[in-house]
Amino acid sequence: MNRQGIAESLRDGIAEEMERDASVFCMGEDIGVVGGWGGAFTVTLGLEKRFPDRMIDTPIAELGFFGAAVGAAMMGMRPIVDVQYGDFLFLAMDQIVNNAAKMRYMSGGKIKVPMVMRAPIGATGRGSQHAQSMERYFTGVPGIKVVAVSDAYDAKGILKAAVRDDNPVLMFEHKLLYGSKGARAESGAVDATRDIPEEDYTVPLDKAAVRGEGTDLTIIGWLLMLHYASDAREKLAASGVSAEVIDLRSLNPIDYETIGESVRKTGRVVIVEEGPKTGGVSAELAAGITERFGESLRCPIVRVASPDVPVPFTPILENAYRPDVPRIMEACARVMQF
Amino acid sequence: MTVATHNIDAGSVAYTPPFLLELYRKMVVIREFEDGVKFLFLEGSMPGTIHQCQGQEATAVGVCAALRGDDFITSTFRGHGHALAKGLTVNELLFELFGASTGCCAGKGGSMHVGNMDKGMVPGIAIVAGGVPLAAGMGLAFKMQKSPQIVACFFGDGAVAEGAFHEGINLAAIWNLPVIFVCENNLYGASTRIDKVMKIPVVAERAKSYGIRGQTVDGNDVLKVYEATLHAADECRRGQGPVLLELLTYRRTGHSRRDPCHYQPKDEREQWAMHDPIDRFGKFLVQRGEIDEAGMQVIRTTVISEFNASVAEARRQPMPTVGDLTTDVFAPAAEDRS
Repeated sequence: MNRQGIAESLRDGIAEEMERDASVFCMGEDIGVVGGWGGAFTVTLGLEKRFPDRMIDTPIAELGFFGAAVGAAMMGMRPIVDVQYGDFLFLAMDQIVNNAAKMRYMSGGKIKVPMVMRAPIGATGRGSQHAQSMERYFTGVPGIKVVAVSDAYDAKGILKAAVRDDNPVLMFEHKLLYGSKGARAESGAVDATRDIPEEDYTVPLDKAAVRGEGTDLTIIGWLLMLHYASDAREKLAASGVSAEVIDLRSLNPIDYETIGESVRKTGRVVIVEEGPKTGGVSAELAAGITERFGESLRCPIVRVASPDVPVPFTPILENAYRPDVPRIMEACARVMQF
Repeated sequence: MTVATHNIDAGSVAYTPPFLLELYRKMVVIREFEDGVKFLFLEGSMPGTIHQCQGQEATAVGVCAALRGDDFITSTFRGHGHALAKGLTVNELLFELFGASTGCCAGKGGSMHVGNMDKGMVPGIAIVAGGVPLAAGMGLAFKMQKSPQIVACFFGDGAVAEGAFHEGINLAAIWNLPVIFVCENNLYGASTRIDKVMKIPVVAERAKSYGIRGQTVDGNDVLKVYEATLHAADECRRGQGPVLLELLTYRRTGHSRRDPCHYQPKDEREQWAMHDPIDRFGKFLVQRGEIDEAGMQVIRTTVISEFNASVAEARRQPMPTVGDLTTDVFAPAAEDRS
């Protein structure tokens, strides 16, 4: 066992997969520059020394290198591509949505596109264009698996499962959860370190995880919001409310089996999402839960999300933008009235 | 832009008669396929829309004749000619256009996405320039795998204005990838003439800005196209790629469906019609004594009767069932890759 943060566990996971399979390679901006940063959040730091031919630094050309990753994947390679900030995925949108996601279907099931896309997201003091929560733009695209990792154990296991999967997998990571060190450390970071086993392991791409059992209500979150939900759970326990917390992990497909078990038990649901409320993943979740388990619900589902505004810069506004523990508690209090 | 007026000559290349006659036959196959499909479409036998390549047969046939069987091409929404030139059968192509489950993409691709990976053709990328970064990535895979394979990436003059063109070619250039970027310059992006959208009218000149070789070729001279591609392919296999080939040609039919082409000036159409790639090559073959008028008529008649037989078969092909709607979205779980 070895205590690691997400940046470190991802780094080990990538290195182990590259060691195991010569077709795995990394491609992105500033990922393998000697004397550089190992990507924007240190995840690939030092890997260029171990894999000089498979850490491919690109020009600033997201459309180009995401397309190149699709092409390489179709020809038998297993690229791991990343953007420095999730917001830049918009530049690569055509290649992700029109090529990566559809190539298998359009070919009548002949083509495989085994590629991993990594994207750091979340409001972190950088203003509107390095801050968006991008999940919503991809969860409705058939042909891509979408995952979100909230701790170092899952990060490594999901990364490995994604590399071994024969489909495009888009993996969201939160800037406040990396545990990046030195000059790349983030203020406001939350501890997502875990004990990482020595042996090889994977975490399934399509399963949610119960992070704390409870009987009165179900709180669903992912990434940073999962941690806030767990904090809220502890506070609720002090006042005698037993909350079950679910880490969604897989945003597409959604694990309604795990969610259903919880909802049938509690009958009350709060969904927490960083990002504007309108059109969010929580909207899909609320609809999906209502369709499937509506008869088990004792009250309407409540969503805690950001207001429908761009991410602001100044801390007082940014903190108001990002859902926090008090707002989650408020929502829980609302459903507990029923 | 002037129309090439020279007669085709074989220069110093020693061509065998069967090779030359096969080039001719393939061009006739494409022409008759396109004319036949146009009729079927207009009479309502075929669903969807069509983008055809009458007048551009020499680009597809010349390029593909210079490639090896395991080399790849990427294509566009105007891909019927590329497909037939790369070795797809009239049957698998026509069945796909009819939407049958026996088509080359099981009816899920359609006219704009025809392809067959076993024959070295990626399903057509119908987003303009979308295949350019993809081809770079395929070339990257071949280079990393130390494979001698190369990619020929077809696109039109309209693609040159897209960001993907710039990003994809630049990636191929900086990494010396084995990709021939084949611009079929037919003077029009849909209805817009290139002089409205390009300050530099010679597409091949752009190669300089990427530090690669560019060449403009008479795209209605199948031998010139073949020789230029052979040369470029050789450079790519020796690690001296990529190359940008600009093939000057002309579309003798509408952009799509019922487009009557009123934007193409009459004198321009007539001038290019005088230099039709099939007529020109036929004249060359007659002058060389490879064939006479009667022989050419036999080829045409045979091709037409084969096409008609395919149409009759196409009308009897099984359609996909509704159950096929939801298959082929994801590749199934791979065998244990650990």
